[in-house]
Amino acid sequence: MKIAVCVKHVPTGTLRMRPDAGTLDRSGPGELNATDKNAIEEALRLKEGREAEVVLVTMGPAAATESLRTGLAMGADRAVLVDDDTVAGSDLVATSRVLAGVLERETPDLVLFGQQTSDGGGAVLWAAVAERLRRPFVSQATKLAVGDGVVTVERETEVGNDTIEAALPAVVAVSDALNEPRYTSLKGMMAAKKKPLDTLTASDLGLAGDAVGIAGSQTVVLGTGAPPARSGAITIEDEGSAAQAIFDYLTERDLV
Amino acid sequence: MSVLVFLEHHEHAISAGSLGVLTRAAQLDPDVAAVLVGDDQLAPLAGDAGRHGAATVFTAVDAFPSPLPGPRIDVLAELVQEHGFDTILFSNSVLAADVAAGLAARLDAGINWDLVDLELRDGELIGKQPMLQDSVLADVGWRSPRRIALFRSGSFEPAPAASEREPAVESLVANFSEHTMAARVTERTLRADEGPSLADTDVIVAGGIGLGSAEGFELAEQLAAALNGAVGATRAAVYKGWYPASAQIGQTGKTVAPKLYVALGISGAVQHKVGMQNSKTIVAVNKDPHAPIFEFSDLAVVGDVHTVVPELVELLRKHAG
Repeated sequence: MKIAVCVKHVPTGTLRMRPDAGTLDRSGPGELNATDKNAIEEALRLKEGREAEVVLVTMGPAAATESLRTGLAMGADRAVLVDDDTVAGSDLVATSRVLAGVLERETPDLVLFGQQTSDGGGAVLWAAVAERLRRPFVSQATKLAVGDGVVTVERETEVGNDTIEAALPAVVAVSDALNEPRYTSLKGMMAAKKKPLDTLTASDLGLAGDAVGIAGSQTVVLGTGAPPARSGAITIEDEGSAAQAIFDYLTERDLV
Repeated sequence: MSVLVFLEHHEHAISAGSLGVLTRAAQLDPDVAAVLVGDDQLAPLAGDAGRHGAATVFTAVDAFPSPLPGPRIDVLAELVQEHGFDTILFSNSVLAADVAAGLAARLDAGINWDLVDLELRDGELIGKQPMLQDSVLADVGWRSPRRIALFRSGSFEPAPAASEREPAVESLVANFSEHTMAARVTERTLRADEGPSLADTDVIVAGGIGLGSAEGFELAEQLAAALNGAVGATRAAVYKGWYPASAQIGQTGKTVAPKLYVALGISGAVQHKVGMQNSKTIVAVNKDPHAPIFEFSDLAVVGDVHTVVPELVELLRKHAG
């Protein structure tokens, strides 16, 4: 079995915009997106007791190699990075073309995504990638099992709990409630240095320059401003009458 | 502009979020259409869509008894291609986000998500999107002829349309693609507590570590019941197993914007803040006078949740009679 995990190198700490372009400043330090570790962890657990290969896939600047090495140190077998100037600034539609391009080459049985990214980007990417691959997909997985040609996923939605079966090959986005990702050991980090890490360009994937990057993107940030401020806050210290004060506050504002 | 709104429904009721988006869409496009995918009992829901401004309601019978994104992507893609809709709007949910993103890939349409408003400026469609943990509000646009927008839940209040009418109802026979048919729900349990859901409620009472234990969440449940609201939880509380993950609010959970958000024993870490700071009114109760939550609360109460909340519940119950 082959499992591909799509991961993202996200900026560390406070996010900033590039003043000229309205896109996120990714020039600073970065790290492997937190929920992607849950996806890698799950792939590694699926690998236990069966013949399987775990491949990490990402698109990003050369610095994304650091995040791939983190994933390799956790135990993934190899990694693919799509990095060239033409893919920078890709929106969801353009990014999904690039990842689908890699996955078409890799032909994994199962593709995993982390459910959230800490930089606000790509939060619904798996659905777009699955659609391009014309594969079934399931999101919000809190439990996952692979059987004979089928992945079975349990998940929670706003209205209840679902158990969903999807025929392989399939795409699954996992929640951080799925597992507790392992820490990377020194031994793992040493081993990661020797694991294969291939770098591809958009043209390697047969994607024209106007299909990816800013040219291939269908959304644009037009400008930014300050959000509306919250004003007139009231502070009270409880000296026995706080409940009454809250009650009065709510009734005065018709919130009860 | 020709707008189509995806209406999510469960247990024979359209979600408040969907109706809110429809309400806003009807203000921008008086000929707005809406689409319902489900069983063959959609006529009453179509009437409700009409009251919220839909001029036309398309209905399609689902491929499966339980909702999955695939059949909806198929139905919407066909509708957009045959009827030429250029703007397709969704209210965020687990289901709607998957449908919106899948549709974007199918149509190669630009998708902007986590929007809190939509406006027409000199004929150009502009979305309002909070960015960088909500520290800035960006104007975003589309370059593709077809535009998809996914709105943060609670962005718009559902309201009856100015000109209430009987919508034209058109039923569709959907063609489902092969990969849509490759996934199915084998088991589905609807949550037993019939209180309002986080996405749809006007009031959320959320609990954090300050509640002290799983039992402490009974305080949040009692207050939520008294305010007819839903219960939310911080990531830390969910991690301790005090409350289900489905109730988690924040960066790795849900983003909500109810009319009233009551934070009980929540410190207000930025990861939680981004999930709730657009709530209209925020009331926080915390023992720690320096808790960051107080920096963005409308009413900051420095006190012990274990004494303040039971008294407040009692006052509310008396008030309700």
